[in-house]
Amino acid sequence: MIREPAIEALPSREIHPSARGRPLRRLLGRGSVQLTLVLGSLVFALPFVWMVSTSLKADRQIFAFPPIWVPDPFIWGNFPAVFIYAPMHLYFFNTLTIALAHVFGAVFTCSLAAYAFSRLRAPGRDIIFMVMISQMMVPYIVTLVPLYLLFAKINWVDTFYPLTVPAFLGTPFYIFMLRQFFLTIPMELEEAAIIDGAGRLRIWWSIVMPLAKPALATVAIFSFMFAWNDFTAPLIFLNTREKFTLSLGLQAFMFERRTMWGPLMAASTMMIAPILIVFFLAQKHFIQGIALTGIKA
Amino acid sequence: MTNAQPKPRLTNAAREALTCYLFLLPWGIGFLAFVIGPVAASFVLGFMDYEIVTPARWVGLANYIELFTDDQRFGMSMGNTLYYVLVFVPLHIIVALLLALLLNQKARGIAVYRTLFYVPSIVPIVAGAILWVWILQPEWGLINSTLRSVGIEGPLWLASLTWSKPALILMALWGSGAAMIIVLAGLQGVPQHLYEAAEIDGANRWQRFQHVTIPMLSPTLFFILVLSVIASFQVFTTAYVMTGGGPAESTLFYMLYLYRRAFVLLDMGYAASMAWILFVAVLALTLVNFKLASRWVYYEAEQS
Repeated sequence: MIREPAIEALPSREIHPSARGRPLRRLLGRGSVQLTLVLGSLVFALPFVWMVSTSLKADRQIFAFPPIWVPDPFIWGNFPAVFIYAPMHLYFFNTLTIALAHVFGAVFTCSLAAYAFSRLRAPGRDIIFMVMISQMMVPYIVTLVPLYLLFAKINWVDTFYPLTVPAFLGTPFYIFMLRQFFLTIPMELEEAAIIDGAGRLRIWWSIVMPLAKPALATVAIFSFMFAWNDFTAPLIFLNTREKFTLSLGLQAFMFERRTMWGPLMAASTMMIAPILIVFFLAQKHFIQGIALTGIKA
Repeated sequence: MTNAQPKPRLTNAAREALTCYLFLLPWGIGFLAFVIGPVAASFVLGFMDYEIVTPARWVGLANYIELFTDDQRFGMSMGNTLYYVLVFVPLHIIVALLLALLLNQKARGIAVYRTLFYVPSIVPIVAGAILWVWILQPEWGLINSTLRSVGIEGPLWLASLTWSKPALILMALWGSGAAMIIVLAGLQGVPQHLYEAAEIDGANRWQRFQHVTIPMLSPTLFFILVLSVIASFQVFTTAYVMTGGGPAESTLFYMLYLYRRAFVLLDMGYAASMAWILFVAVLALTLVNFKLASRWVYYEAEQS
C-alpha cells in the first residue's frame, strides 16, 4: 500500500513502555534519550555547520586552533572567488540540462512502460518484467567499457548524449516504482473509458497520469537527484572543461587547489544547497519513495 | 470487456498485447543497446587484447591468467575492497538499526532529529567527499582539532596507511540515514500486540528486542544487507576524489583499479575481464545471501 507521510507524520511511539509506574526511572530514561538524540544529531549535522562556517571565514581563521565556529568578521569573498577558479555557472547549467533530461525520461518513458506492466496483458509480459528486475542487479561497470567504445565510435564522447539518451530509454527502478503505484489505482475509471472507445495512449495520458502525480513527483525528484549527484558517467564521457557537470568541476577544482578551503567549501555549499532545498520542499515524496520500493511498513 | 463491436483486423487481446509491446519498446531498445549488448560485448572483450590504438586481438584466457597469477594490484585491490565491504556493511546496518531504534522513541522534536540524521545521505557524493577531506585534514581539520583539544594527537587519516580505509568508512557511515529511514519504517510495522504478548509472558527489554523486534525486522535488514553489499563492492567515487587510491595504494579499490586500466591505460580488454570478475563475484555473493536468508529472515506472510 502507498502511504505518504512526511517525516513528521511517521507516528512516534515508545517500543518499551516498561518504565511504567516508576516515574523517576522514566524521567531519567526520557532524559537520556533526549541527550543521545542531541549528541547524535550534532555529530551528523556538524560537518554542514563546519562547511558553511569555513566558507565564510578568512584564511587566518580557517587555519586556527582551537577551531573557530563563528567567523569574525563574516567574509563573503569566498563565494565570488569560486567563479575565478571554476566556471560554476557553466557547471550549474550543464548539470541542470542533464538532470532535466533525466526527469523527462523518468516521467514519460518509465510511466509508459509501467502502465504496460501494470495494465496491459500480453504473452511473455511477466517474463519481461522479471528480466527488467534482474537488470537492476547488473553493475554499471560491466557495461561501461563497451559503452565507452560504442559512444566513441559514434562520436558521442564529450557530448551530453551518453548522459541523456539512456535516460530517455527507461530506468528499471523508476519503472518498478511507478508500476507499484499504478497497481493501487482502481481500474473502474479506465474500464469506463475503454467502453467509450478511448485508446490506451489516451487513457495513460489523461486518466492514469493525473492520478499518479504523487508517484511521478517522487520519481522526478529521485531522477533529478541522481543526475545532479552522478560522478562516474560524467567522469568517463566528458573531457572538455566547459561541458563539465558540478560533480566533475568540483572534483577538478579540488584537484588543482587542494588547500583553498574557503572557496572549496563555498563551492560545496553551492552544490549541496539546491539538493537541500528540493528535500525540504518535497520531504513527503522521499518517504513515499521508500514505501514504493516495496518495503512496506 | 469483450464488446461486440467488430474489429476489422485484430482481436481485442491482440491489440492489447501489441499496445503493451509498443509501450515497452523504449525501455526495450535501451535494454538491448545499453545493457544486454554491452554486457555481452564486455564478455567477449575479456578474451581480447584491445588498447584502442591497435586493432583488437584474440588472446583467449590470457587476461584472466595474468589477473590471477601475475597482477599484484588485482589481489591488492580485491583485498582493499573486501576490507571495505566486511567493515562497512556490518557497521552500516548496526548504525542504521541503532539510529532507527533511537528515533522510534517518543521525544520532543523527533521530526527535526529524523531530518538531521537523514540529510547527509542525500548530499552529492563529490561535495561530501571534499567536505570530508577538510574534516579529516590532519592539522586543521575538525576531527583532529577536536581530538587535540582533549589532548589526543589524531592520526593522519587519509595520508596514513592504517587509517585511510577507516576514514573512508567513517565518511560513508555519515550517510547511513537512508537505511535508517527504511529500518524505521520496518520498526513501525511491527505489530504492538506482539510486544504486549511478550511482556505478559515476562520477557524483559532485551528478550523482546531479540525475539520480537529482530525477527520482525529481518526482511528489512536483509534488503539493506543485499543492497549495501552490492553497492560497497563498487566503491569508487570517494576514493577517486579523496585519495586517488593512495597512500601507497591502500585505498586502491577494485573499481578504481579497473577505471585506471580502462580509462588511463586504455587497456580495454583487460578492464572488461576485470568487470566480469566483479560481476560474477557480486552475483555469487548475492546468491549466497539469498541462500543464507532462509536461516535468519522471517517472513510473516508465508502462513497466509
